[in-house]
Parts: sequence; structure tokens; C-alpha cells
Amino acid sequence: MSAIYILWLRELKRYVRSRAQIAASLGQPMLYLLVLGFGLGPVFQRAGNGSYLQFVGPGVIGMTVLFSSVFSGIGLLWDRQFGFLKEMLVAPVPRIQIMIGRTLGGATVAVIQGLLVMLICLIAGFRPQSFLTVPLAMGFMVAIALVFAGLGVAIGSSLQDMQGFQLIMNFLVLPIYFLSGALFPLVGLPKVLAVITRLDPLSYGIDGMRSVLLGKSVFSPITDLLVLTFVGAVLLIVGAHRFSKIEI
Amino acid sequence: MIRVRNLVKQFGSFTAVDDVSFDVEEGEIFAFLGPNGAGKTTTIKMLTTLLKPTGGQMELDGLDPQVEQTEARKRFGIVFQDPSLDGDLTAWENMEFHGVLYHVPHKLRRQRSEQLLKLFELWDRRGDQVKKFSGGMKRRLEIARGFLHMPKILFLDEPTLGLDPQSRNQLWNIVKQVNEAEKVTVFLTTHYMDEADRVAHRIGIIDHGKLVAQGTPKAIKEQTGKESLEEAFLALTGTIIRDESADATDQMRQFAKMWSREKR
Repeated sequence: MSAIYILWLRELKRYVRSRAQIAASLGQPMLYLLVLGFGLGPVFQRAGNGSYLQFVGPGVIGMTVLFSSVFSGIGLLWDRQFGFLKEMLVAPVPRIQIMIGRTLGGATVAVIQGLLVMLICLIAGFRPQSFLTVPLAMGFMVAIALVFAGLGVAIGSSLQDMQGFQLIMNFLVLPIYFLSGALFPLVGLPKVLAVITRLDPLSYGIDGMRSVLLGKSVFSPITDLLVLTFVGAVLLIVGAHRFSKIEI
Repeated sequence: MIRVRNLVKQFGSFTAVDDVSFDVEEGEIFAFLGPNGAGKTTTIKMLTTLLKPTGGQMELDGLDPQVEQTEARKRFGIVFQDPSLDGDLTAWENMEFHGVLYHVPHKLRRQRSEQLLKLFELWDRRGDQVKKFSGGMKRRLEIARGFLHMPKILFLDEPTLGLDPQSRNQLWNIVKQVNEAEKVTVFLTTHYMDEADRVAHRIGIIDHGKLVAQGTPKAIKEQTGKESLEEAFLALTGTIIRDESADATDQMRQFAKMWSREKR
């Protein structure tokens, strides 16, 4: 238990100490929120869908949690690089505990980032149907964070160097974001796109947040939660397995 | 304390460690010498559970590091060839982290961290982030950390690489001191023959994955009929220069260096 705690604590300390990184990681969601939110707003309104800022808010929060949690897993590459991974791997602690502590730390950081972006959304004019639903939205953030922290660990354990990182970013993380319904409603889509968006786990996370924050959803929040739990469990098991196989 | 029998490690068709056998007694300082790529680090990685051997037996304090991994890990401390500290944490936090992972009780952990940081002259800088430390300070911190959980065996993989003579001298003095005071068995590798000659009770020389000589420094010099250990070493391993190709980790390290320079 104490090993899990200290690994979790390490992730948080590193996060709090990298102020420049916190600012940088909030820049991108702000760009999406403000530029798209206000830029596409009029068109969205005319199409009869209401406020785009309201619509894109949960999408941008979901994106933040996605990026932050995937990167925490890929951070394993940095630990490998700076040698700290070895210090963890020779310690008399089962690897599963190391993986759990690290993943929980990364997920916690991702949720904090999500909450910061939610705060920015509120300042920009985003309004949930009731502030009482915010904790529920947080529950979905946790679910998204765990799903993608699992994916991040699986990737981080498998990659050997930074070259693969760009590939993962362009062919996995960005598509997960763009195909999740973060930026456009998942209704009336062409057949192929409809199928792909339904295979993207982030779709369910963002849909879940929309359903609790705005009362609008494509799937039901129960479906969302079930899908996220299932995919999260699978990815965490895969991540743990990949992590247990690391050799340096 | 350490028992190795017919140890073999193959990477594909390349044999990095080829049928190596040796023993290290309790409280002994054993130096493992060899040119680049001879198999020193690979042997240490196998002994410390980081790599699985292709064949052969190993024992650390009577435990098989492959089977009783966790128990074996409690028995040893290791200072790696390349740094393994977390630069974002302070010196004290790096010690704390290590102490918690090795289940050192809270009170003892604090007491020992303080004692070791003072011994290695890092106590005044305990609250500073490690990334601000010089190479020598990082090295000292790593060795202090290696001693924290009172290991029975300490592995030092080229601990003095890149240190100035003062730091090297101080480092070996402390290692000798702790070896005598706590009866820690030390297994070290180095490229500095004078250090091995001075510190080690016994020496093993490995080349192309094979152990070519072992014994006291004196015995090895006598065996080859040379005056110094350096000459004996060259006589045993030849004068051809070995080049290791850069692996993925080295390339990444270079990449990181580029980045950290840009940041500054």
C-alpha cells in the first residue's frame, strides 16, 4: 500500500512543480474552447443546435483528460530515459503495485487538469443545468482518466524511444479526440463515421458528461458508464501485462 | 554471498555472457573488470533481476533472484552505470521514495537518511531538486540511497564514471568505510584499474563474455608477470579498442540532452 501511495505522490509532486507545463497544457483546450466556441457559435446556432460553447465545453474537458492521462503513461519513456524506471523496477515491490500507483497518480493529475479546464469553461460562459451535477461529471472524468491511463501505460511500456511518440500522437490520440464527438454532435453522421465514433471509448465519456451537465445525450449515461468501465478494465489489464514484461 | 554458475545470456545470436562462474564471499569487495561490451553490465542486470538469463544458476544470499525476486531485491542495493534519480524531486524526497519502496520503517528511514546525507556531504542541499546537482553530487546521492535500506550486497556499476579525482577518492573511502562498518559485500565494475587495485579484495576479468582471470590483484599481476594491474589487464584482454554501438537508450539520452539545452 505504501508503495502505491508514494508513487501516486510522486506523480502529483512532479505535476505541481512543472508550472510551465501546466500552463502549456491548458493553452490547447482554451484555444479549442474560445476559438471554436465563439467562431462556430453562430453557424451552430443557425442550424438549430443551441449554443456551441455549451456543446463543446464537455468535449474540451474530455480532450484535456484524454491527453493528460495518455501522456502520463507515455511518461514511462522519460522515466526510462532518465533511469528512474530502473530504480522502481529493482525495488522489492510487485510490479503491479508500481503500475497501479503510477496510473492512479497520472489519472489524478488528469482529473485535476479536467477540473481546471472546467473552471475555464465556466469563466468563458459555460453553464451546467445545475451545479449539483458537477460531481457526476467528475465521475466521468475519473472514468475517462482511468481508461486512457491504462492505454498510456500499455503504450509507454511497449515503446523504446521517442520516435514512436509522434506516431502514437498522430495516429492514435488525435483520432480518438476528433472521432469522439467532442467537436460535433454524433447524430445524422455518414454510416462509416457513425460506426467509428461508436468504437471510440472517449465518445462515451464525453456523452456521459454532456448527459449529466446539459441533460442531452446520444447514448444513455448508464450505457456510457458500462462501456467505460469495461474498456477501462480491459486496457488496465493490458497495461499491467505490458508493464510486467518491461526489461531494460 | 554471491554465487554464479555457468551463467549465459544471449541476445539473438550474440552471446553477451558466456558460461561465467564465480563466488563472492560475505564482506568482500569484488571488482568485475573488462573492456566495453565485455558483459559486465549484463551480468549485473541479471543478478539484480532486471534481465532473465538464458542459462545457468545464480544465488544472492542463498536466494535465486529469478525465483524469489522480491526477497532477493531486499538484499541488495544498486548504483547504476547511468543516473537513476528523479530530478524533479529533492535529495531528501529521493531518499524517502527509496526508503518507502524498500519498506524501511519511518523512524529508521529518517535517521538513516540524515546520517547518510551527512556522510556524503549532501545534508545542506537536501531540500534542493536533484536536477540542480552537479554530476558528483548526483553520484554521491545515488550511492547514499543504495545504502539506505542496509543491503547485504551493494552493486556499483562504474560509480566513478565522469567524477574528478577528489570525488572519486572520497567515494571509495566511504565505500570502504561502510564495507568495514556494516560488513556489506560490494560488487563493483570500473574502468580505472588503480581504483580496483586499491579497493578490491578480489578481481574478476571478463572479456567477450568469458571470465578470463580471477583472484586477488596481486595474484593477477603475478599470473601475467606484470607490474601494474593496468598492464596485466591489457595483457589479458589485448589492446584492440572495442566500440559499442549506441542503443535506443543512448539515442534517447542524446535527444533529451538536446532538449534540456534548448530549455536553458
